[in-house]
Amino acid sequence: MAELTYRDAVIRGLAQEMTRDPDVVMIGEDIGKAGGVFKATVGLFDQFGPLRVRDTPISEQAILGAAMGAAMTGLKPIAEIMFSDFFAVCFDYIANEFPKSRYMTNGQVKVPLVVRTGNGGSARFGAQHSQSVENWCMMIPGLKVVAPSSPVDVIGLLAASVRDPDPVIFLEHKGLYPTKGEVPDGEIVDTLGTAKIVRAGTDATIVALALMVPRALEAAEKLQTEDGINCEVIDVRSLVPLDTQTILGSVARTGRLFTVEENPRLCGWGAEIVSIAADESFYDLDGPPVRITTPHIPLPASDVLEDLAIPNAARIADRVKRALQG
Amino acid sequence: MAKKTNGGSGLVERPQSANDDIGEEMRLRLYRSQYTLRQAEQRAHDLFLQNMVKGTSHLSLGQEAVAAGFGEAMKPGDLSFCTYRGHAHTLARGVAVEKVLGELMARDNGLMRGKGGSMHLTSVEHGVMGSYAIIGAHLPIACGAAWRAQYKGSKDVAVCFFGDGTTNIGAFHEALNFAVIWKLPVVFVCENNLYMEYTPIADVTAVARPAADRASAYGLEPIVIDGNDADVVYRTAQKALAKARAGEGPSLIECLTYRHSGHSRADPAKYRPPGELEKWKERDPIKIYRERMAQFGIEPDAIGAIEAEVQKVVDDATEVCKAAPPPSIDVLTTDVYADGGWAWRN
Repeated sequence: MAELTYRDAVIRGLAQEMTRDPDVVMIGEDIGKAGGVFKATVGLFDQFGPLRVRDTPISEQAILGAAMGAAMTGLKPIAEIMFSDFFAVCFDYIANEFPKSRYMTNGQVKVPLVVRTGNGGSARFGAQHSQSVENWCMMIPGLKVVAPSSPVDVIGLLAASVRDPDPVIFLEHKGLYPTKGEVPDGEIVDTLGTAKIVRAGTDATIVALALMVPRALEAAEKLQTEDGINCEVIDVRSLVPLDTQTILGSVARTGRLFTVEENPRLCGWGAEIVSIAADESFYDLDGPPVRITTPHIPLPASDVLEDLAIPNAARIADRVKRALQG
Repeated sequence: MAKKTNGGSGLVERPQSANDDIGEEMRLRLYRSQYTLRQAEQRAHDLFLQNMVKGTSHLSLGQEAVAAGFGEAMKPGDLSFCTYRGHAHTLARGVAVEKVLGELMARDNGLMRGKGGSMHLTSVEHGVMGSYAIIGAHLPIACGAAWRAQYKGSKDVAVCFFGDGTTNIGAFHEALNFAVIWKLPVVFVCENNLYMEYTPIADVTAVARPAADRASAYGLEPIVIDGNDADVVYRTAQKALAKARAGEGPSLIECLTYRHSGHSRADPAKYRPPGELEKWKERDPIKIYRERMAQFGIEPDAIGAIEAEVQKVVDDATEVCKAAPPPSIDVLTTDVYADGGWAWRN
């Protein structure tokens, strides 16, 4: 057992999988000699060499296209798109090529790859380097979408993603890179499509993802301490496949459902979860489900404004309290 | 490469009978391939008119020499990456006419059981790694396949076919740069048929030769060839494939050609100046090749036998496809994910 940062967990997860399988290769901008702009690939170039950790030009289409060509002919590429906002310049691969090839070819073409990317806000980078784009990916049949919130989950879910035979979008939260957590020694492999109850509770279910998980946990502690409200917090971890059973099981126990989403409001993943709960757990609910999201705005650069936009513990706690006491 | 202009229609390389590097056996193969593509595409067109092919379709009538020349030069294991105008390139790698027509007709016997359609013909077992309908997408993908070959030390080459219109999209430029800096075993083949959909390529391109005039920007040799002469295509393909296999990196080849039909099923091609089609039909690849074979003394009987065989293959395939059922409804939700199904939740 050792304490590791989320950033170092990325490095350890990548090294674990590259050591295991020589067909695992990495491709991206500044990932090699420079060790990544977020320093999440430091040391891998020296450990695995320039043929397996390949620096590229600023060519996001070529990065994802090359990853796909390598994947469909036998390698297991891990491509890095530096900021998830840049998905917009290579979205053809994410929306049209990776996820549809298996289906269109009646199963002939397989695209086992992982796209790692820095996602989310809190770094004061403004509207084009701070977005939470998980919903852009979740809506596309054929993709899997994973977003870990802790160092141990980074390693286990990254390993599961690399070993998965489908294309996986692996969203690393930029705001979580410096955060720390306990990580066991040895190989760690998790399972995609499994949500995790990170705090047990009886009064309300709060479902969160990535950076919103520690904030939901902080809100739950505040509600417990200040108001005696005992919240269960669920880390979704994987949007596709989606572990609805863990979420609906919790709702059946607590009777209340809250989602905490960093994405702008429209078509957020929480809307899908609320919709599923309305369809399948309506009679378990003791009140309306509530979505706590970033407002439907581009993210501002100012620290004051960005902090107002993205849900924080105080806002989550306040919204839960008002709903329960209203 | 000798470059002699032939009016506006392209470049011509005359056969050198004294020193024939191709030979009768390969000539007959090249002719069989071109004739198969011609007959299969013509049949696809006829089946549209009978409303037995739905959706869209982009025919290669008039462009057969490029597909045939590369198809014969490529070895088993080499990989083809095609566009939505991909019927010819798929057939040229040996995929059965029946499988292609079946897919166009959305029958259960089709190459992908009707799940892909005309624009996405794929046959991995023949090295046809897909037909891509988003312009430019497959150039980086071909780079990736070549990267795998380089990394694994295998000797296969990725060959990527695309039209003149593709040279103006970003992925073309990203892929060329990538292929050169990594010295990848990939061959980029531009079929310049003079039109990007309905617009003359010259009207929307900064340079006269949309692919070749960009080559020097990536340190590549500018290569323009007569894309209607299968011998020329075959020789050029052999050279580029050998270069790639030897680890000497990518090539970019611009093949001048012309499509006899419109861009797609919906296009009557009324934008063409009068006489242009007729002029190019004088340089029809099938016509050129019949003359070539006569020049080299190939017996008309041998040619007639090939034509009769091909005609029978296409006719038989048509009947098989007409009798074939539509896809079974269970394939609607198969192969979305690797577990064979479409489940996104528990």
